[in-house]
Amino acid sequence: MTGRPPGSAATGWLARLLNLVPYLHARPGMRVADAAADLGVSEQQLRDDLELLWVCGLPGYGPGDLIDMAFDGDRVTITYDAGMDRPLRLTPDEALALVVALRMLAETPGVADRALVDRALAKLERAAGQPAPIAVRLTGNADRLARVREAVDRRRALEITYYSATRDRTSTRVVDPMRVMMVGGHGYLEGWCRSAQQVRRFRVDRIDALTVRDEPAAPPAQARPAPVVDGIFRPGQDLPLVTLRVGRGARWIAEYYPCEQVDESADGWLVSLRVTDLAWARRLVLGLGPEVVVVGPPELAEAVRVHAAAALDAYATPTGLAAAPAPAG
Amino acid sequence: MSRARTERLVNLVICLLATRRFLTAAQIATTVAGYEHDPDDPRAHEAFQRKFERDKAELRSLGVPLETGTDSIFDTEPGYRIARREYALPDLRLAPDEAAVVGLGARLWQHAGLAAAASSGLTKLRAAGVDVDPQATLGVEPVVSVDPSFAPLAAAARERRLVRFDYRVPERDAPSTRRLQPWGVVCWRTRWYVVGFDLDRQDVRCFRLSRLVGPVTTSGPAGAFTPPADVDLISHVAHSWGPVERHGRATVLVRPGHADGVRRWAERVEPGPDGDRAVLAYHCAEELAHWLVGYGADVRVLDPPEVRDAVITRLKEITASAEPVPAPVEAAG
Repeated sequence: MTGRPPGSAATGWLARLLNLVPYLHARPGMRVADAAADLGVSEQQLRDDLELLWVCGLPGYGPGDLIDMAFDGDRVTITYDAGMDRPLRLTPDEALALVVALRMLAETPGVADRALVDRALAKLERAAGQPAPIAVRLTGNADRLARVREAVDRRRALEITYYSATRDRTSTRVVDPMRVMMVGGHGYLEGWCRSAQQVRRFRVDRIDALTVRDEPAAPPAQARPAPVVDGIFRPGQDLPLVTLRVGRGARWIAEYYPCEQVDESADGWLVSLRVTDLAWARRLVLGLGPEVVVVGPPELAEAVRVHAAAALDAYATPTGLAAAPAPAG
Repeated sequence: MSRARTERLVNLVICLLATRRFLTAAQIATTVAGYEHDPDDPRAHEAFQRKFERDKAELRSLGVPLETGTDSIFDTEPGYRIARREYALPDLRLAPDEAAVVGLGARLWQHAGLAAAASSGLTKLRAAGVDVDPQATLGVEPVVSVDPSFAPLAAAARERRLVRFDYRVPERDAPSTRRLQPWGVVCWRTRWYVVGFDLDRQDVRCFRLSRLVGPVTTSGPAGAFTPPADVDLISHVAHSWGPVERHGRATVLVRPGHADGVRRWAERVEPGPDGDRAVLAYHCAEELAHWLVGYGADVRVLDPPEVRDAVITRLKEITASAEPVPAPVEAAG
């Protein structure tokens, strides 16, 4: 007895063995190394599994009863499967995981071949038996997303007019597209921004205009897609920390924005979040109205006060805008 | 799991798949390798029974459909077998491009809870002879993630069992306990909701999964309720999100070079002597006003009065609450 193979969960090992016989049965003469790679185990582990299966079989356990296999160099063929020619059916959790992922894929705006996803889903659902009581609807800017995706597929550079909510500015720039993805209900174009000389993500619903340029997309060698973990915006620790006292009606912001800390001990929650730009925070706070009071930093509190006062002053004069408040915050 | 036990379980599966007759525990003990013992020795027999119980539980936890029954009315002791039709994954007949899509779907779980289930499901498809191209792509790929309560709620909805959970909306301080007949789980704009019949409110309700506090408790028997046959789960979540008619028109003065966020929603923007004039379509004057206040002194509402007055009221409230302390009170308005 060699004990349990490293890294296998208690039931994982048995599940793997029940799969292994039909897997190899369907692929006579497969290289052991290829099978191991395809099944995500080490070659040693796979050989160990085969050794165990070799002594299993039908009662009687004579030469004609045991699972049998033929080795030819580094290749293996199951010559007798003892009746284990099919894998076990999907568990409810396995079926759920696959069906939900495919429904998400089918619902994703701009997916290249929706009919293909639907066909695969129908076959999977038939095999899975009882349908999962799950419904998926992802709305989005399907047309624009489809155009962006087409440009990515054709490997063309794009000229986009893009609204940056952080800076409240619309500008035109040339992007070498790298990929399109869906995160948190929004489509994003990830590409090399030639103006910023950086990999950037652009929310598709903020791309106000789009021209496919007659030149190939040429992201530089150092341009790498960034991994997506917990949403698209991961505030760095070097960004300014804003702390707000938030009334009942605006508590939703703690759910909506990634917050660093939320203190719910008082009626007015104390919410801290990192922001790229204090001017963005000023617009957020003003937009939320009296439900939100700035605790810090003081320059944000001051900016909110000054901007609100200046805006109000303008209404006291017959025409025109107030003098532009200082750009601080 | 020890090698000896794994071996024994493989042999048990093979034996029960091969038999058409139900095999009693005693018959299994004398047939299947690994169960050998002296049945007349009470301690050895008891040890066998414990071992066999554990093994049955193990197989059931893997999803092996272990049948219990007797072949004739003269059999006094029930036996066991595995019906091949129930055991085996049906033939999916997936074309290579369809298989690639399933593989792609399984990979979407990479960063989230059901990744392990998707991957073990995919391994079964591979074991059924399906080749999955690991390089496939569809251009746009959603990142699929779920809340921790997703799996228990989906299971309860599938089994039609009653659930109980604590639910908290941000506007309230304390969570309230809800009892629900879960009809199904809905993903709407990548947020997850459970839809069902709320036993306390005696009405259909939906709950956002991210607002569930603590674990979901499932209770009572399966099949405890029947959802309406024609239930449209999405509609219960989406009814408040329909398109709104924007009949109102507001004219807003916008500082040149500023407030691009306002400009991009304007029907038109024209330059004027004292700033750019933007015309905005709106549904609710108050909502528009609150949004415009965010742009501070860079915008000024010219018309209509309902929007203008709502902005002024809001600004007064803000200047009152944002008063620096200690500082002289400024005239507001």
